[in-house]
Amino acid sequence: MRSIRVLLASAAAGTLLLLTACVTETPTEQPPGAEPSVAEETPDDSGAESEWFVQADYDRELAQRDVAPEGPADEPWLQAIEPEYVDTADLASEGGDKTLCFSNASVSNPWRVTGWITMQQQVEVLQEEGVIGEFRVSDAADDDNKQISDIQAFVEAGDCDAIIISPSTTATLTPAVEAACESGTPVIVFDRGVNTDCMVTFIHPIGGYAYGAVGAEFLVENLDPGSTVLALRILPGVDVLEHRWAAADKVFSESEIEVVGVEFTGGDGAKIKDLVTQYLQRGEVDGIWMDAGDGAVAAVEAFEDAGQPYPVFVGEDEMSFLRKWDETGMTAIGNVYSNFQWRTPILAAQMIWAGEEVPSEWVLPQEPVAEEDLAEFLDANADMPSLHYAKFGGEDLPGYPEAWTDR
Amino acid sequence: MTLTAETSRTARPWRERLLSGGSWTVLALLVLILAVIVVINPSFAEPMSLMAFAKKTAPLVVLAVGQYFVIVSGEFDLSVGSLVGAQVVIAARLMDGDEALTWPVLGLMLVFGLLVGLVNGLVTTLLRVPSFITTLGMMLVLFGAIRLWTGGAPTGALSESFRVLGRKGFPDVPGQFQVPYALLVALVVVGLAVVLMRRPFGRSLVAAGDNAVAVAYSGASVWWLRTRAFLLSSFLATVAAVLIGGFAGVTAQVGQGLEFMAITAVVLGGVALGGGRGTVIAAMVGALTLEALFTLFNQLALPSTVRPAVQGVILIAAVAYAARRRRT
Repeated sequence: MRSIRVLLASAAAGTLLLLTACVTETPTEQPPGAEPSVAEETPDDSGAESEWFVQADYDRELAQRDVAPEGPADEPWLQAIEPEYVDTADLASEGGDKTLCFSNASVSNPWRVTGWITMQQQVEVLQEEGVIGEFRVSDAADDDNKQISDIQAFVEAGDCDAIIISPSTTATLTPAVEAACESGTPVIVFDRGVNTDCMVTFIHPIGGYAYGAVGAEFLVENLDPGSTVLALRILPGVDVLEHRWAAADKVFSESEIEVVGVEFTGGDGAKIKDLVTQYLQRGEVDGIWMDAGDGAVAAVEAFEDAGQPYPVFVGEDEMSFLRKWDETGMTAIGNVYSNFQWRTPILAAQMIWAGEEVPSEWVLPQEPVAEEDLAEFLDANADMPSLHYAKFGGEDLPGYPEAWTDR
Repeated sequence: MTLTAETSRTARPWRERLLSGGSWTVLALLVLILAVIVVINPSFAEPMSLMAFAKKTAPLVVLAVGQYFVIVSGEFDLSVGSLVGAQVVIAARLMDGDEALTWPVLGLMLVFGLLVGLVNGLVTTLLRVPSFITTLGMMLVLFGAIRLWTGGAPTGALSESFRVLGRKGFPDVPGQFQVPYALLVALVVVGLAVVLMRRPFGRSLVAAGDNAVAVAYSGASVWWLRTRAFLLSSFLATVAAVLIGGFAGVTAQVGQGLEFMAITAVVLGGVALGGGRGTVIAAMVGALTLEALFTLFNQLALPSTVRPAVQGVILIAAVAYAARRRRT
C-alpha cells in the first residue's frame, strides 16, 4: 500500500517536472536572431503568427482609425465609418408602442454596467416619445446556454418588434442569432460579433486590433529604443482581447521595444500589483501595456510603492485611471472601446421601424483619450464613480447625471 | 518501555522527520521552493523583495488561519472568498473615499463578518446542514447579493487611511526597506491563534474534529465550539479583506477563488480534512508555500494555462506524500 502511494506521488512529481521542463525549454527552440525580444518571453503566441492574427482585419482596422466618420460630430453614437447602407423599407411598421427585446450577455464588468445604464436611459427617452412600449430584457450572466435559450424564448414569444443581441461568445451564439433572423423579426447585434451577416445591422467600434495597436504605438513613440515593456492581459482565448494583444505584439515585434513579460491577471488588482512588484524587483520596467483598464491603478501603485519612476502607461478611459493619471502627471494614454455603442442599437431599432436605411456593419468611431483631452473628460465626469467610463456618451440623456452617479 | 518509546520519538533523526509527511514535509517544500526562486533570481533574497513577498502573502496567511479553525473542527468554510469580496465592495461603496467614514465602516464590516460567521455556524450545527453546503450557499448568496446591490460592478473608493494596513509599512518611505504593517498583522494573528489552540478551547476544537461524540460526552458543547470556529473564520476573512483592499484597492474580481487558496494552504500544511489533526503553524507554512509556488511560476514564466494544472498536481502529490505514513 505504502509503495503504491510513494509511486503515485513520485509519478505526479515527475509529470510536474516534465511540464516545467517543456515550458522552460521552449525558448531555446527559437531560431537565433528571430525577433529576439518578443520570442524570449512569448514563444508560442507572438502576435504576428498568433492564430488570432488576421492581417487583412488588422490593416482594415488600422486604416479605419484615420477615416472621418459620417454623421453628426456631437453624437458619435450615430456616426459610422465607411457605412454601406441597407434598405429597411420592408421591415418598417406603422404606429408606436413597440416591444423591444434585448438579450444581454451579462453586466459582469464595470464597462458593461456603464453601458447598460446608458442604454436604459436611451430607452426611457423613446418610451416617453411613445416609440417603445415594452423593453424586455434577459441577462445571460456570461452563460452561452442561457443566452441561447433567452433568444429562443424571444423568438417563440413572437411579439418582439425587434431583437437586440449582445452575444456572449462568437461561435456558440451564431446558430441562435441565425434562428432569430429566420423568424423575420429585425435583429440587431452589437459589441462582440457572430459568424453570420443575417442581422439587419452589426454595431461595434472599430475593434480590437486598432485598440491594441494604439497603445503599442504610443509606447513605441514615447519610449527610447531598447526600453522594456510589461504587457498585462486579462484572459486568453477571448477574441476581442486576443486581437488587442495580437496587434500590440505585432507593433512591438517591429520596434526596438523589449517585452519583458506577458501576464494574465484576470483583471484582479491584487494580482496585478503583485506581478508588477515582482517584475520591478527583477529589473526596470519602462512601460506598461494593458489589454483593458481594469486594475490599472494597482499597477501604477506598484511603481509608487517600489519607489520607482512612473512608467509610460497604456490604460483605458475608466475614471479611476484617468484620475490617477491626472494626479501623477505620468505619460499615458487612455484607450477607448467606445462605451457609447450601447445607445446605438436602441436608435437603430427606431430607424428600422421607421424604414430608414442603416449601415449593415455599423462601425463606430473609437478614439483614445489623449493627454490634451484629459482635463476635459475629468471635468465632465467629476461626479462620476471611479469605475465609470469617460466616453459613455449619455450627457444629453434625461437621467444625467444621477442615473450614472447613483448606481 | 515507556521511557524508551519516548526517547526514540524525540530522538527521531531530522531527516526522517522531514520526510515523514505532515507539517515537516511542507516546510521542506517551502525551503526548496524558496531556494529555487533564489537560484533563478538572486534579487528575491534581498530584504526589500522578501518584505514585498511578506506583504502580499499576509492576507492568505490570515485567511488560512481562519480556515484552519474550521477545518480542524471537522468542517469547511467555502464562503471566505465571497466574504472578502463583499467586504471590500461594501467598504468602497459606503465610504467612497471619505476619510471620516473609515472607522464607522470598519466597525460595520466587523459586525457584518461576525454575522456571516454566526449564520454559517448556526445553520451547520443547529440545522445540521453539512458545512460544505451551508458555506457554498453562503458563498453564492454573498456573491449574488453584492452583484444585485452594485448592479454588477463595484463603485466607490477606499479611503487612504483604510488602505494603510494593507499598503504601507514603517518607515513609510517608498522604495526603501520597510516592514509592512500587513506582516505585523499576520504575525499577531498567528501568535494569538497559537495561544488560542493551546487553551482549552483549542484542544476541545481539535477533539471535536477528531471525535465529536466523545467531546459531547465529556460535557463540552460541540455546536458552540464549531460555531465559534466559523465566527473566527469570518472575522479573519474580514481582517484579510482589510489587508487585500488596502493592498490593491477595489476591483470587480477581488476575493475570487480565495476560499480554495485558503483550503489548499491548510491542506498543504498537513491539516487533515475532516478535522482532528494539524497545527496552526502548519497552516501558515502551507499559505507561505502556496504563495511561494505562485512566485516560482512567475519566475519560470510558466504560461497561465499551465499553472492551475501544475498547482493541482503539486497539491495532490503533497497530500498523498503526507498521508502515506499516517494511514499505514
